[in-house]
Amino acid sequence: MTPDEDEKNEEVEMVEIFVMGKRYKVPKGLTIMTALEYAGYKFTRGCGCRGGFCGACSTVFRTKDEYKLRMDLACQTAVEDGMFLVQLPFMPAVREDYDIDEVDPEERENVLLDYYPEIARCVSCNTCTKACPQDIEVMDYVQAALRGDVERTAELSFDCIHCGLCSIRCPADIKHYHMAQMARRIHAKYNQPESDELDKRVEEIKEGKYDDEMEKLVNMEEEALKKRYDERDIKEEG
Amino acid sequence: MKLKKLRGDIDFMEKVEELSDESLNSCIQCGTCSAGCPFVEDMEILPERVFKHITLGNIDEVLEHNTMWICAACYTCSVRCPRDIDIAKIMEAVRQIVLRADIDMVDVDEVDNIEELPQLAVVGCFRKETG
Amino acid sequence: MEEGYLYYPGCTLKAKGSDYESSAMKVMEKLGKPLIEMEDWYCCGAVQSLAEDDIMHQIAPIRTMCCAQEEGEEELITLCDMCYNVLRQANDRMKEKEDDLETMNEFLDEDPDYEAGVEIYHLFHILEDMKSEIEEAVENPLDGLVVAPYYGCMLLRPDNVAVDETEDPEMMENFLELLGVEVLDNPKRTECCGSYHTVNRSDIVEKRVEDIVSYAAGEGAEAIVLSCPLCQFNLDFHQRATEFEIPIFYITELMALAFGLDIEMKNHKIDPRTLLKEKGILE
Repeated sequence: MTPDEDEKNEEVEMVEIFVMGKRYKVPKGLTIMTALEYAGYKFTRGCGCRGGFCGACSTVFRTKDEYKLRMDLACQTAVEDGMFLVQLPFMPAVREDYDIDEVDPEERENVLLDYYPEIARCVSCNTCTKACPQDIEVMDYVQAALRGDVERTAELSFDCIHCGLCSIRCPADIKHYHMAQMARRIHAKYNQPESDELDKRVEEIKEGKYDDEMEKLVNMEEEALKKRYDERDIKEEG
Repeated sequence: MKLKKLRGDIDFMEKVEELSDESLNSCIQCGTCSAGCPFVEDMEILPERVFKHITLGNIDEVLEHNTMWICAACYTCSVRCPRDIDIAKIMEAVRQIVLRADIDMVDVDEVDNIEELPQLAVVGCFRKETG
Repeated sequence: MEEGYLYYPGCTLKAKGSDYESSAMKVMEKLGKPLIEMEDWYCCGAVQSLAEDDIMHQIAPIRTMCCAQEEGEEELITLCDMCYNVLRQANDRMKEKEDDLETMNEFLDEDPDYEAGVEIYHLFHILEDMKSEIEEAVENPLDGLVVAPYYGCMLLRPDNVAVDETEDPEMMENFLELLGVEVLDNPKRTECCGSYHTVNRSDIVEKRVEDIVSYAAGEGAEAIVLSCPLCQFNLDFHQRATEFEIPIFYITELMALAFGLDIEMKNHKIDPRTLLKEKGILE
């Protein structure tokens, strides 16, 4: 390191982290993701939106003074001194195939149990809920599914980003997020009222109402496009 | 491979007594348990035979017969045993030793018509027959 | 609870066993002590885990009891025999074994500690104290209906959770007599229906059903009455393997009919309406 860099480092508080057992010193205040990049890692897997929404950067870690095994998203979690971590770029959990036209919950009372029978092994240990970075009541939605309550399963699981952390330690080997996605799709198709506005918009798109505007955007220069994006209409929050 | 480890590495009787907190040597082989058991017809060997085999160290006899899997934990034997042995707990201990060796007796994906079944049956079956 | 009883449904009563819940709700409403479902509850696990070192399978029932505790209640009522048995055994275990309770509470660290102060009761415990109310509520005595009571296992065994005499119970008989039915002596009333073997050894259940139903039919039973949704399913669904067609009622269904209340009876495989019309109980 050059004397200049050394000086810079003295100003910034550094913390010690261990990535797959190897020790690094990284600036405090970085997220796990940016800290890994600071340390020289380049993400080719397990990195996506960087905004806590895509579920790609699942990370499992322990902190120095706590015995608990914690799980969270790398892009949303700040590094801590003594953090001992590893990333899980993929969860092995096969999604069950189904025909959306054959899963009417009115006709098939226990349809979720049929496609995911392992939900009957749930012991209510709550490991899934503790692992969820979106604060979803995961155990509660599994229990709802076991009871045949598709609506409640869909509602409780709405914020799920499919990071898979719930499923990795489940003692019953449940594939929570796949099962919940099926519940949401069933709920949307069979329970929710149809949206006339959506149907209308789809028609408009098919008729080519937005073709010219799309064409313009696609062919815009990068700078002009960035400017257009920065100046877009944003709805005020609240 | 798993069953081999089961047979070789553990003191089976000790493990059964530990998991059940019951004494197998209290059994006097009176047969009251078998007499009251509603499922005894489908058991390959009788309950009290299972206990005798455990005390004699004949683990194969226990593991190769279906007795503990036909038991439905109805507790009839436990309430009638003249020696006050909680037989249901001993059966449970034998089941647990097998299940904890990562051997499942039922494949959750192979259940026919799971939708027709009451949750009680599915949950109960998986609890008793999967690890 | 002043206004009624805190009620734990269990998964099955929300699905296949819904006839039991819907009739029980109406019956208890009529008797002036409605069942009020818990805000949060968890699948009890259906069968009690009997291994000494197994705390994990006690988590589910204890979570439910903790929910009852947090709702400020000390009494929790169940309709389902199996749920009663599991909750009761798990609760008793926590009361007797302080170490287990401590381990449990440490594990459930994000939730309030369970203090083992909640008591579990079955519907029969409640009805036992309401005999005069039941008698008063009967509008259409079910005269002429000959029934065999069936207890199954979970209400009577093991000894420490039994709601009545393990080998010779008579609670249900007493309730049924208040409804005007002719109650048969049923020596097979405490024998297991086959329980969860219905999942992958239905041949075993069929044998049990043949045994239990043929005996009751031999004594002249026109219907069998019980309080467990798994027993109801086994005796009802698997009766097709026998030569009989005896409807299997939940006790609260008969009570509702005697009270003159409308009930659904939508999950019965053997349609009870034929018999009920014959007897003039339904039009």
